[in-house]
Amino acid sequence: MNEIWTILLGLGDKFASHIVLSASAIGLGMLVALPLAVWASRSQNVARIALGFASLVQTIPALALLALFFPILLSLRAVFGEDLPTLGFLPALLALALYALLPILRNAVTAQANLDPGVLEAADGVGMTSWQKLTLVEAPLSAPFVMAGIRTASVWTIGAATLATTIGQPSLGDPIFAGLQTQNWALVLAGCIASAGLALVVDALLGIVENGFAKRNRWQYGAGIAAVAMGLSGALIYQSGGDDEDTIIIASKQFSEQYILAQLIGSQLEKAGYSVEYRDGLGSAVVHSAVASSSIDISVDYTGTIWTNELSRTDNPGREVMYETIVEWERSNTGVRVLGRLGFENAYAFAMREDRAAELGVSSLEELVRFGPQLTVGGDPEFFERPEWIAVRDAYGMRFRETRNFSPTFMYNALRSGEADVISAYTSDGRIAADRLVVLEDPRGALPSYDAMLMMSPRIAEDAGIARALEPLIGAISVEAMREANFAVDREGEGKLSPKDAAAELAESIGL
Amino acid sequence: MVNTLVTPSGGRVLFGGEDVTALKPSTLRRRVGYVFQGIGLFPHFTVGENIAIGPRLAGEKLPHARVTELLSLVELEPEMASRMPDELSGGQRQRVGVARALAGDPELLIMDEPFGALDPITRDALGEKVRELHEKLGLTTIMVTHDMAEALLLADRVLVMSFGELVADNSPHELLAGAGGDIAQGLVAVPRQQAERLAAMEKSGAGS
Repeated sequence: MNEIWTILLGLGDKFASHIVLSASAIGLGMLVALPLAVWASRSQNVARIALGFASLVQTIPALALLALFFPILLSLRAVFGEDLPTLGFLPALLALALYALLPILRNAVTAQANLDPGVLEAADGVGMTSWQKLTLVEAPLSAPFVMAGIRTASVWTIGAATLATTIGQPSLGDPIFAGLQTQNWALVLAGCIASAGLALVVDALLGIVENGFAKRNRWQYGAGIAAVAMGLSGALIYQSGGDDEDTIIIASKQFSEQYILAQLIGSQLEKAGYSVEYRDGLGSAVVHSAVASSSIDISVDYTGTIWTNELSRTDNPGREVMYETIVEWERSNTGVRVLGRLGFENAYAFAMREDRAAELGVSSLEELVRFGPQLTVGGDPEFFERPEWIAVRDAYGMRFRETRNFSPTFMYNALRSGEADVISAYTSDGRIAADRLVVLEDPRGALPSYDAMLMMSPRIAEDAGIARALEPLIGAISVEAMREANFAVDREGEGKLSPKDAAAELAESIGL
Repeated sequence: MVNTLVTPSGGRVLFGGEDVTALKPSTLRRRVGYVFQGIGLFPHFTVGENIAIGPRLAGEKLPHARVTELLSLVELEPEMASRMPDELSGGQRQRVGVARALAGDPELLIMDEPFGALDPITRDALGEKVRELHEKLGLTTIMVTHDMAEALLLADRVLVMSFGELVADNSPHELLAGAGGDIAQGLVAVPRQQAERLAAMEKSGAGS
């Protein structure tokens, strides 16, 4: 409990940016939804189209909607120029505002439709212009219902804003995602408590406003609005105070190794006198674009990932050529500087439980082929879409009885419980040693290499001081050392470490 | 159609010699008092604010004394001004509706089945009241009703419409004397027969 309390107290900046993001999204949602509702009340067709569109948006999972804005904004750069941000605040704002649209719009339209026709006839009859009718009659009579919609939208938005973490916008989702990946439940709980608490408080305050509107009590809704405004300006002040141009932003994707390496890099930079900030839990697909656009400054990426995702290559020219090609490609295409390789690989590999492998007499992919039709294979959510899987499938003629997707953490549990016979493991994963898994050999070389590389954004690419501070990490981390650190974070119970502590141990073990 | 809440499909409506469709709707409607079955008091305004709405739209503030005067015209207490509409009975609300229609000193009062939703006693009393105000304030009043008895008792001139056609234009006396054609006479026959049946019932009741 104490631990959660300590984490909560450290969440100030995430809390502030969560509030600013949610409020902006709701504000933008209102700015679009309210005029649209007025228009819709004057035209059946507009009402149908607007509500249809808002409902359609609502069926898109929030996580997907957030991620979709990345390619959308990227293509809009053709219109608005290269400075248009594709990650962080802007896409999060747009996606959440779209999400907030439906409840506001629906309530406003319903409220308008349910206004007493006699009152509307009287409004025309006494000679109100269309604007007077709106401001004197329709708006005040609809206000409590519209407010109820805004309330619903606020609670949704505050909840969904936690997902903004995945597109590089700091929010209360940061501790939740970090905690989920490293199985640090205190972090997850702290994030949930903070965002749920925020949602409850906002709901209560807006409830006061709604009630004030319904009772036409000026003091009541005035006080409610004032309280909301105060909270928001507090968050704005807090946020603007914490901004610093010189801060180096270190990104991590959503798995333990990335959290640990981010901490390791951060501590190296802090030792050299830099101030750092962590942008944890970014979606794997957005990290490269984020570093290329200097939205973040440092990331750790893998040769195989860049090879297929960025260079769109499907061939496998071998480990060294691949690395050299990527360094050159980044230098001439994105301006990203590849400082070097950390020394270990986090490649895809197929792994089985030792007893199961022995039972079948399997030690390589070649031997696995004939048992495939009786076996269930588990992969991370992207694996079966990836060229690695396709390469293995085609090189060996591999067929499985069933393919199942698991989040990386649960994939190992599935293997342990027998829900999967084979999984797509990662070679640097600590659980390979801990669970005594057999990594199947790949005699036909279908699986490409995944050397971990240190990437520097164009903004800091020429910074010699940063390069000097990070130089000691190059080639210094063996796969065994990385596995040990990963396992310390991923394991349950005794000896479980936070990514920060694991990074400190790793630093010590590699002699920093 | 007179206050352009409905647009004519053909022909013209002249108001003081001007085609109503040529006038700005909001300006026209402020010159025409409008009372209708739905009453349509604004539920978020007090009675006083409801009455004062017409002048307020024109940018004038109706003095409190005038609100009191209008309330007394429709036989409501001055204290009513601060009440909210939902605290009032149906009859009281329509009285406020009439007061609201009169607030802007209209040149014309249109009453579209104004008493349709009221109980018969309130309906009768309010009808009488409106006729009295009509005399007192020298109004021009157009009242639409389905009730021929109401029309005969309140109006100076009765126009009978059937399927969008004007079929009679007579005074109540002429109609009672048999003028106006079949349709009008069919309508006049209803209250007349009702009155005769009631009279007969009374007579036979007295005899038994």
